[in-house]
Amino acid sequence: MSSTDHTGDLSAAHAGAAHAALPRLEHHFDSYEQQRETASLGMWLFIGQEMLFFGGLFTAYIIFRHLFPDAFAAASHHLDIRLGSFNTVVLIGSSLTMALAVRAAQLGRQKVCGWFLIATMVLGVTFLGVKAIEYHAKYVENHIPGVTQFHWEENFHGKQIPQNQARIFYGLYFAMTGLHALHMIVGIGILLWLLYWVRRGRFTPDNYNYVEGVGLYWHFVDIIWIFLFPLLYLIGRH
Amino acid sequence: MSAHISSVKLYIAIFLALMVGTALTVAAAFIDMGALNNVVAMGIAAIKATLVVLFFMHVRYSSRLTSMIVGAAVLFLALLFGLTLMDNFTRPADFVDHTLFDTPPASSTAVTGEH
Amino acid sequence: MSTASSAPARNYLNSSYGLWSWLTTKDHKRIGILYAITITVFFAIGGLMATLIRLELATPAGDLLQPDTYNRVFTMHGILMVFFFLVPSIPATLGNFLLPLMLGAKDVAFPKLNLASWYCLVAGGALTLWALIHGGVDTGWTFYTPYSSSYSNTWVNVTGIGVFIAGFSSILTGVNFIATIHRMRAPGMTWFRMPLFVWAHYATALIQVLGTPVIAITLLLLVLERTFHIGIFDPTLGGDPVLFQHLFWFYSHPAVYIMILPSMGVVSEIIAAFTRKRVFGYRFIAFSSLGIAILGFLVWGHHLFVAGISTYSALVFSVLSMLVAVPSAIKVFNWSATLYKASVSWETPMLYALGFIGLFTIGGLTGVMLATLGIDLHVTDTYFVIAHFHYVMVGGAIMGYLGGLHFWWPKITGRMYPVFWSKLAALLVFVGFNLTFFPQFILGYMGMPRRYHAYPPEFQVLNVMSSAGATVLAVGYMLPLIYLAWSMRYGRKAPENPWGAVGLEWETSSPPPPENFVHTPVVTGEAYDYTKKVYAFPTQEAELV
Repeated sequence: MSSTDHTGDLSAAHAGAAHAALPRLEHHFDSYEQQRETASLGMWLFIGQEMLFFGGLFTAYIIFRHLFPDAFAAASHHLDIRLGSFNTVVLIGSSLTMALAVRAAQLGRQKVCGWFLIATMVLGVTFLGVKAIEYHAKYVENHIPGVTQFHWEENFHGKQIPQNQARIFYGLYFAMTGLHALHMIVGIGILLWLLYWVRRGRFTPDNYNYVEGVGLYWHFVDIIWIFLFPLLYLIGRH
Repeated sequence: MSAHISSVKLYIAIFLALMVGTALTVAAAFIDMGALNNVVAMGIAAIKATLVVLFFMHVRYSSRLTSMIVGAAVLFLALLFGLTLMDNFTRPADFVDHTLFDTPPASSTAVTGEH
Repeated sequence: MSTASSAPARNYLNSSYGLWSWLTTKDHKRIGILYAITITVFFAIGGLMATLIRLELATPAGDLLQPDTYNRVFTMHGILMVFFFLVPSIPATLGNFLLPLMLGAKDVAFPKLNLASWYCLVAGGALTLWALIHGGVDTGWTFYTPYSSSYSNTWVNVTGIGVFIAGFSSILTGVNFIATIHRMRAPGMTWFRMPLFVWAHYATALIQVLGTPVIAITLLLLVLERTFHIGIFDPTLGGDPVLFQHLFWFYSHPAVYIMILPSMGVVSEIIAAFTRKRVFGYRFIAFSSLGIAILGFLVWGHHLFVAGISTYSALVFSVLSMLVAVPSAIKVFNWSATLYKASVSWETPMLYALGFIGLFTIGGLTGVMLATLGIDLHVTDTYFVIAHFHYVMVGGAIMGYLGGLHFWWPKITGRMYPVFWSKLAALLVFVGFNLTFFPQFILGYMGMPRRYHAYPPEFQVLNVMSSAGATVLAVGYMLPLIYLAWSMRYGRKAPENPWGAVGLEWETSSPPPPENFVHTPVVTGEAYDYTKKVYAFPTQEAELV
């Protein structure tokens, strides 16, 4: 995934000659097609890695939800379902604009691509902003483990919910949404970098690997949220 | 093999399907279906994720290798869930009496940082 | 492609000069060497810790180290050796160097990512060493909760993040290898024409990509637990410390296969080269690598037999654990069948390969013993376990690493090393290793627990034997360091193919040119074919015609 050319690189001396007419084709590839398929494969492997990374969190979630079903339902009631739903719509919307950005890059319409990237970033920032509002509410309620003195007192459907069980729910809530938000922040950073290259006209229908790769990453982050939303916000709402 | 380019119409259709899925998830959560609530919520989430993977991420038009990688990751994820839960779900009911530990003893909060 | 005796041909070592050209290199061969230097440093520090352990245990009394210090010493020994030496050992050095050469590619799929992964290892290692200098960690390399999360007052967070970052080195290497093997093969290099070394690395990369992220998240959760007391690992908050062990061993058991599979790949190459035969049961060995990689993920529960997992799951994990013996045994049988009635040449790499087979067999079979519930309950956390995993990880992985280093050293440096000294070192390593670790099987069976700095006097004889063996082993490890360094300057110049082996890496000059091959190779036959030539190098003009 190199972004520079290889003029200063002796190793390109042999291969470079054959590629002189093909800009942005790295020296160790024979064709744009090989380069694109390799980049896509690498990105998919990275996503496979990410799945297992979040997998550890989901394992913990399943175990503790199984152990403390009432506490999870009670604690979930303190999350704002309207903000959660709004954010789900925003994030899926950003996936749409990202997909359209990739499509524009495939067609070589760099200007359109750039605008869709900006739209994606705006939606991403909106999501993070809403998340910040939610986090602030939890801060005020003293529901963030380890940050303020965790406080919980509640009867839920006539059952006393122990403070520590609610604490575990919020521990997982902040670990999961925090890590998800971190992925979004990184994603927005990468989108900015991508926008820079789009503005400089770097991509062609032959070579838009970066746009495609970032798109895959963004969609993956969206998928994580698709699972997080019902698991965290929608427990025992009836 | 040149890359497949989907139509804008398809992307918007998928987006609308995902919106419908989101609405259904929220609606279903307010209906009491007992244990089925989880199944429905995860089922809809899985369908939504599949739509994103197949159309937004182009797996429908990609090589078989891409599907194999996704499949391998799902398999390993299943192993992680399955074998860990195999232990947790077969432990005796009185394995730990959690009410014993409801208020932490002072020692557990002794560590506030390194050193 | 001749190796002229006067002016050295242009190669990857002399194509550019200066520290900066190394620190910014994207050449997989140079990155392999950067890795080799880095892990040698970590091996030396880890080895120093081992020396302290064996010195302390030479006498029953705790007279050299304070108990607290001892805890930190064996913890740092484990962390440095496992995460910073063994896991990157063969894949990141020999694998990096050889994979593109063996496949006929100009480089790995993502050269920049390859360099970034080296920086990840360096950054993670630097953090860990920082923690070591400031007092270290005393949790054991396994970081078990709730001790690590609630009680230990040592640098658990810093070390955890160090290992976390180093983990990304491993993940990125794995991503690179899988993409390279899928997309960068030379024309005609079909899957079943690939050397077994490549198959072994494919299986290793699979574990690296799909296993490592789980320990990354586990260590992150540990840091969160220590910092914010989120409660999931802390039994006093309703959490489950055994969950940590599940998540930890989901990676760390397969991690053993990250260490041993590449060694098995090395052994397959060496045996083929020094018996002048195609390896018996090529496809069985290839698929058994994948079998080990997948089955390896089904067995982690055998580390938890006494941790309080349910009886039902202990039974299932016990049975599954024994299954891994099947693909491992397939490999040993096929190597033995290759050796049968072969005309073996006893070069240094071959000594290491044979040593590997013997030591790995002992390590593997004692593993089956440990998978048996009844025996495991008896010897859990004793020196029996220590001996077992050192037979696999040191007797297996390091024998493979040293064997591979001696096998490809002429290719890597273009120089030959002194035969006598290298054979002496191989012998010392084998003898010293057995003297160090075999007594530990007996000690463990007699009931000596691990991780104590003092022990009852009746264990002293065996412990002194072990410490004496460690001294021999240390000499065996230091000798190669000296004569290999010596050979880089004074060694005889190596020809293209000093062993007369078959493989694409032997078809290019020693050391190889930066672009690996002057002309893209074309493969026309299976690997290890000693009867006819299966590699061709059509010139570009010929290709155009």
